[in-house]
Amino acid sequence: MKLPVYLGLLHEAERILARSFRVVADGHGDEPDFHVILGTLAGQCDRHVEALEPVIVRFGSEVEGEEEHRVTADGVEEVRTGALGLLLDLQDLSVLVHHLDVMWTMVGQAAAGSRDRELLDIVVRCAPDADLQSRWLQTRMKQAAPQVLLVAS
Amino acid sequence: MVDRIADIWGTRTPYARGERWPVRVDQTLAPGVAEGDVDRWVQSACVLCSNGCGCDIAVKDGRMVGIRGRQADIVNHGRLGPKGLFGSWQGVDTGDRLTRPLIRVDGELVETDWDTAMNRIVERSRHLLHTKGPLSHGFYTTGQLFLEEYYALGIIGKAGVGTPHMDGNTRLCTATAATAMKESFGSDGQPGSYVDIDECDAMFLFGHNMAETQTVLWMRVLDRLAGPNPPRLVCVDPRETPVARAAEVHLAVRPGTNLALMNGLIRELFVNGWIDDAYIAAHTLDVDRLRATVERWTPEAVAETCGVGADDVRRAAEIFGTSERILSTVLQGFYQSAQATASSCQVNNLHLLRGMLGKEGSGILQMNGQPTAQNNRECGADGDLPGFRNWENPQHVQELADLWDVDPDTIPHWAPPTHVMQIFRYVELGSIEFLWISATNPAVSMPQLERIRRILDTEGLFLVVQDLYLTEAARYADVVLPCAAWGEKTGTFTNVNHTVHLSDKAVEPPGEARSDLDVFLDYSRRMDFRTRSGAPLLDWTGPEDGFRAWQECTRGRPCDYTGISYERLRGGSGIPWPCNDENPDGTVRLYGDGVFPTDPDYCESYGHDLLTGAATGPVLYRATVQPGKAWLKSEDYRPPHEEPSEEYPLRYTTGRTVYQFHTRTKTGRSRALNRAAPGAWVEVSPADAEQLGIVEGDMVAVLSRRGHLEVPVRVGDLREGTVFAPFHYGYWDDGGSEGSASAHHAANELTMTEWDPVSKQPVFKNAAVRIEKVRDGAGPSPAPTTAASRPARAGHRAAGRTTGSGGGPGTVPATVGGPEGEATERFPDTAPPRVASSEERP
Ligand code: SF4
Repeated sequence: MKLPVYLGLLHEAERILARSFRVVADGHGDEPDFHVILGTLAGQCDRHVEALEPVIVRFGSEVEGEEEHRVTADGVEEVRTGALGLLLDLQDLSVLVHHLDVMWTMVGQAAAGSRDRELLDIVVRCAPDADLQSRWLQTRMKQAAPQVLLVAS
Repeated sequence: MVDRIADIWGTRTPYARGERWPVRVDQTLAPGVAEGDVDRWVQSACVLCSNGCGCDIAVKDGRMVGIRGRQADIVNHGRLGPKGLFGSWQGVDTGDRLTRPLIRVDGELVETDWDTAMNRIVERSRHLLHTKGPLSHGFYTTGQLFLEEYYALGIIGKAGVGTPHMDGNTRLCTATAATAMKESFGSDGQPGSYVDIDECDAMFLFGHNMAETQTVLWMRVLDRLAGPNPPRLVCVDPRETPVARAAEVHLAVRPGTNLALMNGLIRELFVNGWIDDAYIAAHTLDVDRLRATVERWTPEAVAETCGVGADDVRRAAEIFGTSERILSTVLQGFYQSAQATASSCQVNNLHLLRGMLGKEGSGILQMNGQPTAQNNRECGADGDLPGFRNWENPQHVQELADLWDVDPDTIPHWAPPTHVMQIFRYVELGSIEFLWISATNPAVSMPQLERIRRILDTEGLFLVVQDLYLTEAARYADVVLPCAAWGEKTGTFTNVNHTVHLSDKAVEPPGEARSDLDVFLDYSRRMDFRTRSGAPLLDWTGPEDGFRAWQECTRGRPCDYTGISYERLRGGSGIPWPCNDENPDGTVRLYGDGVFPTDPDYCESYGHDLLTGAATGPVLYRATVQPGKAWLKSEDYRPPHEEPSEEYPLRYTTGRTVYQFHTRTKTGRSRALNRAAPGAWVEVSPADAEQLGIVEGDMVAVLSRRGHLEVPVRVGDLREGTVFAPFHYGYWDDGGSEGSASAHHAANELTMTEWDPVSKQPVFKNAAVRIEKVRDGAGPSPAPTTAASRPARAGHRAAGRTTGSGGGPGTVPATVGGPEGEATERFPDTAPPRVASSEERP
């Protein structure tokens, strides 16, 4: 059964995303809305990490030995500078969120197939957040793009 | 004669439920002018708050010399409040108005003529449009111009320049009202009416100190309270305002915790079955999500988070759950606090759950702050599309393009309009290089002023300011344009409950000052903005042309003006929109049929996630909407982002006082008003004062992470741990050096650059501060004694000191107006004005 591998990867990816949200919030601290909203989104990831813990205990998370299957990007370690840098950093976040969105869908499929109530509940609770995070990033990037690409120096 | 500074609300005219509010005509004339001396009376409405009281201006020898309430007007039935009586013409007929344009030469502002000033603007504007395109331009306007002026500005910005960077200071005062209605009902548009005060059994005032912000509306409430079968009153406010004192239940919540309270009230409705299941099923969506969201908010949980009594929460919920007709009003206590949109949507939800909308005595008033904020929202000068159109709906964009005869691609619609906080951020980053500010004063009214001043001073920014006076913001300008004030120009505007008034020109503006409309039309002409067929984009010759153009823009939209004309507005009462063939007398209440404008082809917005502000978007919206049903939007409470700490142990909130308006540009120039509230102060509770060792009048420093204030203390009745400062006070009348903020009494020195994720309204009402004593006071603080800022009821003593020397509560002199605060009241024996006749009771 490879579900534990997937759970482990998901768990790791949520932690990486939480950290990435915080790195971008701090690095672009002059954008007044980032601190608050990215902090909120990072908090969602923290809750997902927590929510996954009981099933990980139950199933185990055999990430070891499965390194070749790793699909998680490293996340945002440091921010770029300037207006264009901001847009690119948001885009990186967007890729991470999309990646997670797909993982949740896969885990949801497995949960449905195994009729595992606990896991299904976790998916129902957590998965919609990825969609929300992606919509927020879209909203914010669409607003920023013309200014960044056409007039910013 | 009545001293209407001391007696803010004047003489009571009690009436019973179901009767119409009796008439009382308030009037004041300049000293030495008798009624017989007046040459003529010119029709208008007051522009010193959002209430929109109908009035007539007295003119003698070409000058304004008095004001009188219009008894036929459905808004005020003849009454006026202190600001209308003493701050209207007195606030503009002064010696220090701007009378000639100014331009910056070698760092100094010098007088010039209109041609030179306008050419300088046009030269810069053209150059930037040519080299950098429309995104280099930003426009920041107000809530105090006329409808025709906003519409002109809206067309210039969207179809002339083509920039999404347009907003108004309505963002600071009323953005959440509009947003909450868009989220719940699909479009802006006030459901309730002032008439509901005459009909209701209970009133809930959510963060709304109506007694001070809309004094005449409060007179209507006081008259119901003084009559038989008065309505039951519930007040949510951390201060003991006059509303709180009149209320049966006062919920003095901790600033920043409104949503926890609201979720608790909603939960009580569910738990006790005080809901209308049939209405919910037929007219709303998402009730299960709402139920789940509020699940954890028991009265005890609310009590713990909000610092109120659990039984008070139960009592308030019971009043809401069991009264037959309920009117709710909402203002800045919700709009400028944490989770603003989510909290305001919960007020809508309370009414939706009980099906109490659009019926006699049952309604919602999501209030506005400024007099013409409504028009800014309607006309699109705040960035929205005119006529409550949806920027995400290509058909709506096409309608505007057809109306204006421009290419639809000219009209920015690729993203939401840029809100002012973001506009200032772009200025800070240097990508907006041309900023045009009309009739507002961000150097005092925006949050975190130190940052705003730095941005206005940005190297390379070309700043245009048009105003009546050389405001704090105007001192940073490259070009300053002198504008005509109320009474010096003609136009229309619309109040909180969508009643449209005409304000006629009574006198000539001073010197070379021009109406804001003339300035916008002149800019459009000089820029040579044209339609697709080559005609001038704006060919209006005056305001009435603008009004007609606007009527066409509103045809078939929720705010339909097609049945209103200047002619119809002259002589009688203001008229509430929609007014069209179907509703020839206008419309008093919306949504009586339970049909809401959520149809995806008709709605103004596809909505947002209340937690983050993420847009729903057309695809998801169309997949989930059931056209005509309202959305029961909900979100869980989250603690405010700045909570008190060891270093900053107190919660700071800001607000208004009854005698001042906005940044005092007008009211500060009225002797009667300014004497009543001449300077800034900070309010501290008796317990906190005692702990800090300060007494009434002591000079203190109030410090936050962003700045500090130095002001005298009023020991007043507000909840322990909370500190309040009025936000009106800047430094234009300090006599200090130009542009200096050395006096440190602007409340926004301390506030945060944080905004609601959906409405983008700044969070003015929550910050963490500490207080340090600077020195003993020389006497009591200048805070008025007549309303919320009056001295604490319980006497207080500071440890080891008597209060005598610093001026204790017993020694604070009462606020009075004296001869300058006198007005007459008449009680003519006439029937009160009828509301739109189709809705009047048989
Ligand atoms: S209530 Fe508002 S509109 Fe009416 S007189 Fe007072 S300030 Fe003017």
